Amino acid sequence: MSLTFLSVSILVLGAYSFIFGRRRVRHLSARVDVKQHSLDGYHGAFVMACVVLPAFSFAVLWSGFAPLIINDWLREFIAAGSGALTNAEINVLVSKAKALHAGVINARFVGPDTVEAADYFAGLLEMSSYLRATGAIALALAGFYFSQKLIAPRFAARQRVEKIAIWVMIGASAFAILTTIGIIFSLIFETYMFFQQVPVLDFLFGLHWSPQIAIREDQAANPGEFGAIPLFAGTLLITFIAMLVAVPVGLMAAVYLSEYATHRLRNFAKPTIEVLAGIPTVVYGFFAALVVAPLLRNSGADIGLTLSSESALAAGIVMGTMLIPFISSLSDDVINAVPQSLRDGASALGATKSETIKQVVLPAALPGIVSAILLAISRAIGETMIVVMAAGIAANLTANPFESVTTVTVQIVVLLIGDQEFDSAKTLAAFALGLVLFFITLILNVVALRIVNKYREQYD
Amino acid sequence: MSYEGENKIQSTGVQVYYGETRALHGIDLNIGANEVTSLIGPSGCGKSTFLRCINRMNDVIEGCRVEGSVFIDGDDIYADHMDVVELRARVGMVFQKPNPFPKSIYDNVAYGPRIHGLAPTKEALDHMVETSLRRAGLWQEVHDRLGDTGSGLSGGQQQRLCIARAIAVNPDVVLMDEPCSALDPIATAVIEELIEELKSEYTIVIVTHSMQQASRVSQKTAYFHLGNVVEFGDTSQIFSNPKNTQTEAYISGRIG
Repeated sequence: MSLTFLSVSILVLGAYSFIFGRRRVRHLSARVDVKQHSLDGYHGAFVMACVVLPAFSFAVLWSGFAPLIINDWLREFIAAGSGALTNAEINVLVSKAKALHAGVINARFVGPDTVEAADYFAGLLEMSSYLRATGAIALALAGFYFSQKLIAPRFAARQRVEKIAIWVMIGASAFAILTTIGIIFSLIFETYMFFQQVPVLDFLFGLHWSPQIAIREDQAANPGEFGAIPLFAGTLLITFIAMLVAVPVGLMAAVYLSEYATHRLRNFAKPTIEVLAGIPTVVYGFFAALVVAPLLRNSGADIGLTLSSESALAAGIVMGTMLIPFISSLSDDVINAVPQSLRDGASALGATKSETIKQVVLPAALPGIVSAILLAISRAIGETMIVVMAAGIAANLTANPFESVTTVTVQIVVLLIGDQEFDSAKTLAAFALGLVLFFITLILNVVALRIVNKYREQYD
Repeated sequence: MSYEGENKIQSTGVQVYYGETRALHGIDLNIGANEVTSLIGPSGCGKSTFLRCINRMNDVIEGCRVEGSVFIDGDDIYADHMDVVELRARVGMVFQKPNPFPKSIYDNVAYGPRIHGLAPTKEALDHMVETSLRRAGLWQEVHDRLGDTGSGLSGGQQQRLCIARAIAVNPDVVLMDEPCSALDPIATAVIEELIEELKSEYTIVIVTHSMQQASRVSQKTAYFHLGNVVEFGDTSQIFSNPKNTQTEAYISGRIG
């Protein structure tokens, strides 16, 4: 039974049990002369929760863990079938069997062993989904049976439902936290493996980045250099340029929109500016590569500079443009939230409009503006597409905005593109980069919160 | 300069429109120098609107239009050559809700002198801040923490800080728009005493919803109703022997 169909079945059962619970309590109350404790709907919701929640949790957990076990069994099956195989060979066979099962490759091109493995795999999958469906439906029915027995006029269904709702909400917040922890641990684990092949200091403080290493033993290649400094320098350079564009333009737009523009203009202009934020970054990327970069190169040529067509400047300018709506829209909101009474107070003292804005409104809005800027910075650090297309993938260590640079995120993409062995230094480097990037954004966020809180003490 | 009781502010035929609605129907009022004039009346009668005409704060409201003229010391403040910035340095204002800037106590008071360039040196500015805080009766309470933020003060202290801020630019007129409506009775009493002291140096116009306050602090009272001045005269006369039946009804609590 497919997961979709199973989910729909559980939901149908849930809907039925809601109606059932409601009618059941009404029916029971009608026969006795006591005041019913909870409204009918709470009884219905209680039965529904007992039916839906355990069944759903079971189905989701099963879908999460079953593939791992099936994968293991498939490996064992293949390993047992054809004697001495290396790990890599088993991996290839596993992939082939799965591909055959999915119909991506034709049975004519694989050996009989693989066909057998694919059949075995198909059997496991079928059994898994059968067990999942049976287990979930059984849980739903058990939940129904036990919960409907509890229903009585004086049964405190409202308290139960509210408690269940709280647990559902706890589950929702735990989900986000657990995901974060899981991601961090997987990053740490892979990074640890990477640092067994490449020394930590070489990675953190090395000045050269060229991760091209031999994949097969007969290939001739560099030993590979994993100095991450050029990547972080490139990230910082591009982010800096982007902020030089986005912060002044965005702030001035925000001040104009919130303080000077008429209502009609604002209602038109604000959504229009926000459309900028909706453009996919790939589109910005080819805008950067096809319009901005040639423009810079040509104007450079006019004043006698030879510029490469891929430059940090082009990427930074376009990225800054992309971030304008972030800063302007968020800042506009916080500037609007500054109480009118402060503006009145300043103008009643004879302050001009611009004095009021500079000396009273903007300082009061500062915490919000700072957080808008930091949000934009983390967007800029994480941005990939624009950089790939406009700044290139060559890891130059330079502060010259006219040269081609690359960023951390771009290199992560480059490292993981194509067929790679998963335990080579090249692939693992991506995880190390990801971990360092994560720490940088984490520190940035902490600093941002600190700043915001410090000013909030003063300005609230 | 003008002596006590002489006409400081004269309004003739002041009409205010918010879009199509007329909020004031031609106000003629002479407000005397160095005395306290109360504007009373039910909500929506136009008393705050009239108050805001005196320092042209209505200018900032979108769709608001003022007709007629207001003279301060004989200058028409709605004349083309009148500079609003200069006008507001002459006419200070205190608002209903205390609105200290998100700055230190010192910077709050120093704000006006700074933007008008009144203090040539740091010492002069310090002196101005101290004098204003003393006049507002706040100096004793805050002199050892001038660097603290103004919003950390209590409501009554904040309102006195706003008064200090308003008088720091040395205006002739101080407008007060229900300055005590957000304060408790004790803080209100402090502000009322302060108004009593300030009237020797400033012409004060106060909008209030409290009859008692009007009778305690003011020498003249104007009763507004539906955008008109129904009665204007000595406070004692208005409260003891109102000539108009509407005024009498409002004061005795039958309408309002």
